[in-house]
Amino acid sequence: MIAIGRLTVNELVRRRVVWVLAALSIVSVGLVGWGLERLVTLARADGADELQIRIGVSQILILIAFMFSFVLAMTAAFVGAPAIGGDLESGVALAVLARPLRRADLVLGRWLGCACVVVAYTLLSGLLAIGVAILVSGFGPPHPVLALGFLAGQALVLLTLTLALGTVLPSIAAGAIAVVGFGLGWMAGVMAGVAAAFGVGLLGQAAEASRWVLPSDGLWRGVIYGLEPPLLVLLAAGEAPRLAEANPFYAAAPPAPLFVIWSVVWIGLVLGLAAWRFDRRDL
Amino acid sequence: MTASVSTPAIELDSIFKSYGRTVALDGLSLVVGRGELVGLLGPNGAGKTTTIKLLLGLARPSSGTGRVLGAPLGDRGTRARIGYLPELFRYQPWLRAREVLRFHSELAGLPLADRSRAIDEALARVGLADRANDVVSGLSKGMQQRLGLGVALLGDPELVLLDEPTSALDPIGRMDVRAIVRSARDRGATVVLNSHLLSEVEQVCDRVVVLHRGRSVASGRLDEVVGVGGVRLRVTDLEPARRQALAEFGPIVVDGDWLMIQPLDRDRIPEVVAAVVAAGGRIHAVEPGRGSLEARFVELITQETPASSQATAALTTPGAPPTASGRP
Repeated sequence: MIAIGRLTVNELVRRRVVWVLAALSIVSVGLVGWGLERLVTLARADGADELQIRIGVSQILILIAFMFSFVLAMTAAFVGAPAIGGDLESGVALAVLARPLRRADLVLGRWLGCACVVVAYTLLSGLLAIGVAILVSGFGPPHPVLALGFLAGQALVLLTLTLALGTVLPSIAAGAIAVVGFGLGWMAGVMAGVAAAFGVGLLGQAAEASRWVLPSDGLWRGVIYGLEPPLLVLLAAGEAPRLAEANPFYAAAPPAPLFVIWSVVWIGLVLGLAAWRFDRRDL
Repeated sequence: MTASVSTPAIELDSIFKSYGRTVALDGLSLVVGRGELVGLLGPNGAGKTTTIKLLLGLARPSSGTGRVLGAPLGDRGTRARIGYLPELFRYQPWLRAREVLRFHSELAGLPLADRSRAIDEALARVGLADRANDVVSGLSKGMQQRLGLGVALLGDPELVLLDEPTSALDPIGRMDVRAIVRSARDRGATVVLNSHLLSEVEQVCDRVVVLHRGRSVASGRLDEVVGVGGVRLRVTDLEPARRQALAEFGPIVVDGDWLMIQPLDRDRIPEVVAAVVAAGGRIHAVEPGRGSLEARFVELITQETPASSQATAALTTPGAPPTASGRP
């Protein structure tokens, strides 16, 4: 498993995936820093108070994080889908699996290698973006590590789904399903918020259930919570707590510990299922 | 699991394998002894590659049993003692040739101390020592196939399974591969060479097994499968009346100056020559020969299934070791 994991990281480095991601991070963080600096400077020139600026910066960070989470989902799909599916399609897997290697080791090793790259990319890019935001605005999110942890968790969920699908489906189909799943999960999260705001019980329950089926959106709520200032939560709770739930970029609380545990279990279950199914597949 | 070397390298008993409604193997039984160099012959779709995949645990039989190096089919530990060259010979295109071998030496579980030596040996064996640091994608197809052969022979495995090992090679490359395959056999390895190139099998293998529609339709030494041998002689000054004296050796076919006697045991050729001279004939040429493998192969695979069974029976030498059989 370690040999496969090492090979996977090596592959992502040699095939320039890591370098492309690093270059894109630097460019996007540079643009974020420049944009934030201009907005903060203009807001201060217009006489906005520091509280308004702080809330504004947090909302922009959340929007950037949302776009970043989409980029991460795509990255997870592009990296995870061919990890096994591509090797099966090209025939590379035949020579590898003819060795005394458990097929589960191939699945877990590939996942481990991809996960290292995806998590490293998430943490480095996220920390860089937050650091730049603090540098140019003077304000930072209250729980940056929590936010990045949930962001990485969301990426891992999508990586796991893509890689697992790649053991039974062509890699293009696996990647497409994962990206669509990510979008549907996010939409279900929005619908859950709207249902909560307007008291539509059945819709809310269905949308909530979807978060347990694919925990990506539930983890996304943790990213929001980690980035928004506590004052915003207090204000929303005092004014119109139910209506605030309809805002897809607002979270009154982080995901429950049980949900976080379920997300970890979900990753293990999906990987285990993929390994079991792959073990029974004729190559 | 390490089994006694007294067990055959490969034993397959009534193996059936289907992919959906497609039957790939239809009751295949096969025994390959230790140290044999066996060619699996057959047209496309005969079940050759499926057989190899079953031996490696890459696919599972629908029914039937089998053992490889004394262990049940699919045994993971046994795969450390098997070398395999897949038909597609695809390796990570971004790795260097040496790195491919290093990766496989790790997967094969070669002791750390032996890996560098084994890799150097494998590179030298397949003629890639000077291309060891080239990335796979930069190697020609033929070189990639050589690399695959090096991967298969890495660490001197007990059983080597080669699926179309010369499909991308030029004539010199094919000659090299034949020498490599023979040397693997000479050091005691069992080699199964899967091919539809009859000449290749003819030149290198001790024994052939002809597969058709997932079954063994013929098996044995090449001479047994092709048929008994014969002789062609160019003879002059031999009167037709005296030619009849040669009839005791077998059926005679006359074509101008050429006489062909077939079937004929090769050991009797000197007797034939002596008989021709005694009958007053002058001999200008003697060509020991046998039937064509290609002709026999075409004959076997174009026969209907019931006839194939008869062919198998006819081709199995009575009293010979049970090297292979058709459907039980």
